[in-house]
Amino acid sequence: MAIIPKRCEMPVQDAAVRAHNFNEVALGYTVEMAVAEAGRCLNCKNKPCVEGCPVNIAIPDFITKVKQGDFEGAYSVISMSSSLPAVCGRVCPQESQCESKCTLGIKFEPVAIGRLERFVADRHNECGLDNDLLPAPNGHKVAVIGSGPSGLTCAGDLAKKGYKVTVFEALHVAGGVLVYGIPEFRLPKKIVAKEVDALKRYGVDIQTNVVIGKTLTIDDLFDQGYEGVFIGSGAGLPNFMGIPGESLKGVYSANEFLTRSNLMKAYAADSHTPIMHAKRVAVIGGGNVAMDAARTALRLGAEHVYIIYRRSMEELPARREEVEHAEEEGIEFKILNNPVEILGYRNPNDRRDPKNGFVTGIRVIKCRLGEPDERGRRRPVEIPGSEYEIPVDCVIMSIGTSPNPLIKNTTAGLEVNRRGGIVVEENTGKTSRDAVWAGGDAVTGAATVILAMGAGKTAARAIDNYISGKK
Amino acid sequence: MYKIIKKRVLNPTVTMMDIYAPLIANKGRAGQFIILRVDDDGERIPLTIAGCDKSTGTVKIIFQVVGATTMALNAKAEGESICDFVGPLGCPTKTDGIKRVCIVGGGVGCAIALPVAQEFASLGAEVHSVVGFRNKDLVILEEEFNACSDKLIIVTDDGSYGRQGVVTAPLKELLESGEQYDEVIAIGPVIMMKFVVETVKPFGVPVTVSMNPIMIDGTGMCGGCRLTVGGKTKFACVDGPDFNGYEVDFDEAMERSTMYADFERREREEGCNLFKKEMK
Ligand SMILES: Cc1cc2nc3c(=O)[nH]c(=O)nc-3n(C[C@H](O)[C@H](O)[C@H](O)COP(=O)(O)OP(=O)(O)OC[C@H]3O[C@@H](n4cnc5c(N)ncnc54)[C@H](O)[C@@H]3O)c2cc1C
Ligand SMILES: Cc1cc2nc3c(=O)[nH]c(=O)nc-3n(C[C@H](O)[C@H](O)[C@H](O)COP(=O)(O)OP(=O)(O)OC[C@H]3O[C@@H](n4cnc5c(N)ncnc54)[C@H](O)[C@@H]3O)c2cc1C
Ligand code: FES
Repeated sequence: MAIIPKRCEMPVQDAAVRAHNFNEVALGYTVEMAVAEAGRCLNCKNKPCVEGCPVNIAIPDFITKVKQGDFEGAYSVISMSSSLPAVCGRVCPQESQCESKCTLGIKFEPVAIGRLERFVADRHNECGLDNDLLPAPNGHKVAVIGSGPSGLTCAGDLAKKGYKVTVFEALHVAGGVLVYGIPEFRLPKKIVAKEVDALKRYGVDIQTNVVIGKTLTIDDLFDQGYEGVFIGSGAGLPNFMGIPGESLKGVYSANEFLTRSNLMKAYAADSHTPIMHAKRVAVIGGGNVAMDAARTALRLGAEHVYIIYRRSMEELPARREEVEHAEEEGIEFKILNNPVEILGYRNPNDRRDPKNGFVTGIRVIKCRLGEPDERGRRRPVEIPGSEYEIPVDCVIMSIGTSPNPLIKNTTAGLEVNRRGGIVVEENTGKTSRDAVWAGGDAVTGAATVILAMGAGKTAARAIDNYISGKK
Repeated sequence: MYKIIKKRVLNPTVTMMDIYAPLIANKGRAGQFIILRVDDDGERIPLTIAGCDKSTGTVKIIFQVVGATTMALNAKAEGESICDFVGPLGCPTKTDGIKRVCIVGGGVGCAIALPVAQEFASLGAEVHSVVGFRNKDLVILEEEFNACSDKLIIVTDDGSYGRQGVVTAPLKELLESGEQYDEVIAIGPVIMMKFVVETVKPFGVPVTVSMNPIMIDGTGMCGGCRLTVGGKTKFACVDGPDFNGYEVDFDEAMERSTMYADFERREREEGCNLFKKEMK
């Protein structure tokens, strides 16, 4: 059989059109495309792709089913290892995971595993049959804190084993970053809602508007008869750089900007939540969060959106597809640039001028790449005297997060590391506190959906072992 | 859904409601707040907990009708429900070691100040309250303040009730007359809090202020509520809302609060128009 060197392209909305709407960018494979792409898989013996997957999905097996046209069969294979294939197929950094290991990829383009995963999940969501057989209740109660991918997965796995699971979520909707962070054009909210509905059908009780550490403490949960608690509370508080001008009007954290747009629907014309519709926007940072903020700003009507990143294109931590899509849409990359000050308007003659305090620009310094740091990424070194100004009216900080101390401060005996992340045993997710497990960004710091999902699965297994082994 | 158990109009623009939220009623303390959404597509807004009743499971809120969301809330009747109600958020007011306290409240800030005054009174502290309003019609909670204060001074801008003037004048007199306070607590418009700090400064008494920046999540996730306090960035929803008045950058806070002034005005006008249409 002849090898097809190039992967089958996935249809996308035209860049010029999608830059002005919030509809999904990538449109997904058709049946023909999926079968053709699946046909490229060599079905090699050592299956390196499986190693590359953080949750070890039996990738060649599901691809074989696709090749055979057995899409439901493919879905069953994926479901054995993953709870959120429609999400992961869209947002996983496949190029640095499964696809980076693909044997075909040594000489040619790797099999488009992510696109196939997405196809299988979407196909199932459209026409698959859900197995709604409710498990027999086993009489045990478990509490899950946070409804991001780690919490949803942990809740789902336990509910399927008959546990009575309650998910406590601080916000007014469930989904975590999947609803308030990642925009509609990359992950339609109806996909997340579908996952949440499926959990409800399994009897999971989702209590929104409950902040653990405030409304209830972990000790309260034990008093209420929960036998185990999983903490999946996410990455936490946004960082700022500490440069002058960060309090000016028009400076956002990416979390705030995206929350206003996604969660509060500020992008819709009739929304009651305000958001700035800036003409020139600077986004600081180079991760997925920065790409999402930049592309959201563009869709809100910006004429120029700059990504300001202190390393080079090679080091950009965002998914490659997002960087490509951003470039196609006209996002301008100011790489090897680091902000030193945000500039604002001040009318010297009129303290009441309504324009006072709004952003007018950002001063940046050029960098070059120096020696690699401990993680092997080359360190940016500022070039003295190279500062210049870029006129902008909005600046979005997307430079990472620090753990939220809320749960730690209200839970005696819960150990955290120097950075504030919850300390857990690697194989179980067990914390230093009896009957409490944790996983996802709350443990690792900002990471990925698949790792959070995997941590939820690991903890669900450990919680089941613990509770079923008690008597 | 969270049911409105009781609704009482305090003055033409200030309304009090008891909301059924037993979990919050169990935990809420003076100085903390809740965040609510009136309807499914509504904005999230913070309001201070003006009291909790564990026996009825209700949380009291007192709000001034200033814009679209507070208008929508005010349009709800007793027995109706609101969509979301989450809390208690923020840190409770610190009361440790305070035996004599002067509470200074301005306008609807008095609603936020009342539970703090009540808390001190219940702990046996001597409470002096200085509360200010624009005019007689806007005076609220006089009876309640009277009940928990050892001394109560009411001022109005136009002198139509109580003393004429702003709150800083009687505050200064109290301090000059030799009253020794362990702490002054100021709650009201940012500009008022700024002047209270300036008034108290020469007397060397600690001042706590309760800040009210624009918020969304109220859990520390967005950073929209940030303030500069002692030169450092603080999130009012998790680190506050109470801060050391000598360290807060008030000018910056005032400026930041006007970020969406245009949008808010449009929303308010639309809200009014809608309301008028419904009345016809
Ligand atoms: C804008 C953006 C884009 C991203 N893009 C990608 C991508 O393309 N690919 C990828 O793999 N990853 C991406 N990520 C990262 C990924 O979304 C996260 O790693 C993942 O969501 C972490 O899941 P989690 O379950 O740990 O927490 P989260 O998804 O953060 O969910 C935590 C939930 O817990 C709730 N919570 C917090 N504290 C409490 C409390 N005290 N009580 C009750 N509830 C609480 C929160 O409100 C939240 O809903 C992105 C992240 C962001 C912000
Ligand atoms: C911790 C805290 C406690 C508060 N307690 C009370 C209280 O007990 N009683 C009371 O009447 N008011 C209180 N406020 C103020 C109250 O939240 C605002 O009046 C309300 O949000 C106005 O919403 P609106 O849509 O009706 O008006 P808008 O027209 O939207 O705004 C009017 C004013 O409210 C401010 N505001 C708007 N949206 C928000 C928001 N999401 N968060 C904070 N401020 C906002 C604006 O800066 C503006 O000055 C408190 C604010 C905070 C931060
Ligand atoms: S309101 Fe979002 S961090 Fe305080």
